[in-house]
Amino acid sequence: MNTLLNKKKEPIDKLAGASAGGRSLAAEAIRRMARSPVAIVGAVITALFVLLAIFAPLLAPKDPFARTMQDKVELGRGIIPGPMPGYPLGVDDFGRDFLSRLLVGAQQTLLVGVVATLIGVAIGMIIGVLAGAFGGWVDTVLMRFVDVLLSVPSLLLAISVAALFANPNQWTVIIAVSIVSVPIFARLLRGAMLAQRDADHVLAATSLGVKRHTVVLRHMLPNSVGPVIVQATLTLATSIIEAAALSFLGLGDPDPSRAEWGLMLGNAAQHFLDIRPELAYYPAIAIIIVALGFTLLGESMREALDPKNRR
Amino acid sequence: MLRFIVRRLLQAIPTLLILSILIFAWLRALPGGPAGALLGDKATPAKIADLNHVLGLDQPIFVQYFKFLGRVLTGDFGNSLSSTQPVLQEILDFMPATIELSISALIIAVGLGIPLGYLAARFRGGVLDNVTIILTLVGVAVPVFFLGYLLQNNLAAPLGLPSQGRLSTGLDATNITGFAVLDGIMTQEWDAVWDALRHLVLPAFTLATIPLAVITRITRASVLDVLNEDFIRTAKSKGLGEQTIRGRHVLRNALLPVATTIGLQTGLLLGGAVLTERVFNFRGLGYLLAEGIERKDFPRLQALILLGALVYVLVNMLVDVSYGLIDPRVRVR
Repeated sequence: MNTLLNKKKEPIDKLAGASAGGRSLAAEAIRRMARSPVAIVGAVITALFVLLAIFAPLLAPKDPFARTMQDKVELGRGIIPGPMPGYPLGVDDFGRDFLSRLLVGAQQTLLVGVVATLIGVAIGMIIGVLAGAFGGWVDTVLMRFVDVLLSVPSLLLAISVAALFANPNQWTVIIAVSIVSVPIFARLLRGAMLAQRDADHVLAATSLGVKRHTVVLRHMLPNSVGPVIVQATLTLATSIIEAAALSFLGLGDPDPSRAEWGLMLGNAAQHFLDIRPELAYYPAIAIIIVALGFTLLGESMREALDPKNRR
Repeated sequence: MLRFIVRRLLQAIPTLLILSILIFAWLRALPGGPAGALLGDKATPAKIADLNHVLGLDQPIFVQYFKFLGRVLTGDFGNSLSSTQPVLQEILDFMPATIELSISALIIAVGLGIPLGYLAARFRGGVLDNVTIILTLVGVAVPVFFLGYLLQNNLAAPLGLPSQGRLSTGLDATNITGFAVLDGIMTQEWDAVWDALRHLVLPAFTLATIPLAVITRITRASVLDVLNEDFIRTAKSKGLGEQTIRGRHVLRNALLPVATTIGLQTGLLLGGAVLTERVFNFRGLGYLLAEGIERKDFPRLQALILLGALVYVLVNMLVDVSYGLIDPRVRVR
């Protein structure tokens, strides 16, 4: 009996996974996004940012950590040299080439955004799937917890988590920012699980004797991936902005050698905006463009995946 | 209706209780333990032992929690490490500034957001619509504190607006309620009212950006949804005038989802106030919190975080109740 079921598993899974129409929902969504200018702009910005993050060390004209111009900087007298030959964007408060730091900063910024989002997705997914798949008291307890996380304004939540660590660093920032998105993903996945609990494909798989955890993981979860990707894309944007806010409040990485846009912006805005405002403008513009790119991509994906817009 | 309100009130209690447990756990997890964190630099082994006893940390965990709950309910948050005043007093002193700032920001966000969203939806696909969409997307992507500095450095001087604080130094304003504008009106010190309002402009606009962007977007989407409803077609086909349809059918129905969003904006306002007040040295609760972080003033942080969550829960409850008032369908569920 058991072997029979195992043999049949593959085709059943395929049957349950395939959609009724000719084209899959994903293919349909991609087709629709390719026609939307908003989606294209978002995708191009995102792609350029990711490429920049990967190849930044090769693109940076100078060593972003070398304090080559430190003797020219006199913070006490309000002097930070501006653009000069070899330093097209000038130098920062430690006399390091700002262009190189801005380029390399893409890497750290992407890291903060991606890791924070992934942690949020992972924890939120576990909570949401458990709550949605089991229901009953598990659901009640987990969702109460999620409600409480949602009841704290997001920046306050991030601040209170960050304050728990005696020595702030890159990882404490990432953890603080990721906690904020946990309840959002938990709710999203719970909703997706509940919506599918009585769906035909789940009923079919269950009646064929597929084990419950297999039904949840292989039949229900893959069907919720769309909204999760959308939300993750949007969360990436807010994570980068929130990390910048934490740096600004003094809860960021105190290591001055790190090049990350939020850190650079928070530092410049707080300490030498009146001396050389460009040092805040450049990372700020970079953050705004990248956040905008992810937001555009996420919103257009949401629209493309919405069955209401299906033709 | 009363039953609906009471039920909604009761629903908030478990959330607040779990929240108190989390804050209790948070205090215990702070670096240096609760006593060490609450004493800060002044911590000596003797003092820690002393405070441990006062806080009941030498007692079973359940006793500790109920003692904590008792202190919270009576508003006893201990003394601030930075000012050595009772935290509750600090909060009461600084709260009016934040309320004043948040209300101003909310007025800007609602006052501009709803008309803008409505117009964008009415002229869908037009220039205004496209500009609005782009602005709302950019508005959310700009870090609040950066926008604050931008306005402060580039607009304050040309517009002749103050860029720091709540009132000009040297201005002799009578303090009654702590609300600078209200006090001025009550004492008829019109120069103080004018001065306080001028100090509010830049911070309020800074704080308003994100809620403004969100409210505009929601209004636009909601108006578009309503325009597609059957009852609009019915209204048109029975020959109602455009004005009547717009005012009584479209706007009234479209504003329901907007009302819910406004409740959610309080969370953004509370978070944004921390950044905005820091930038403009606007001495409110956000300023208090930002300073508390720098000085590791945990008694203050604990109280402010609890207060922030409490306000957020209460406001959303009020929004739910008002939602029931506007839309009878909600009450039935």
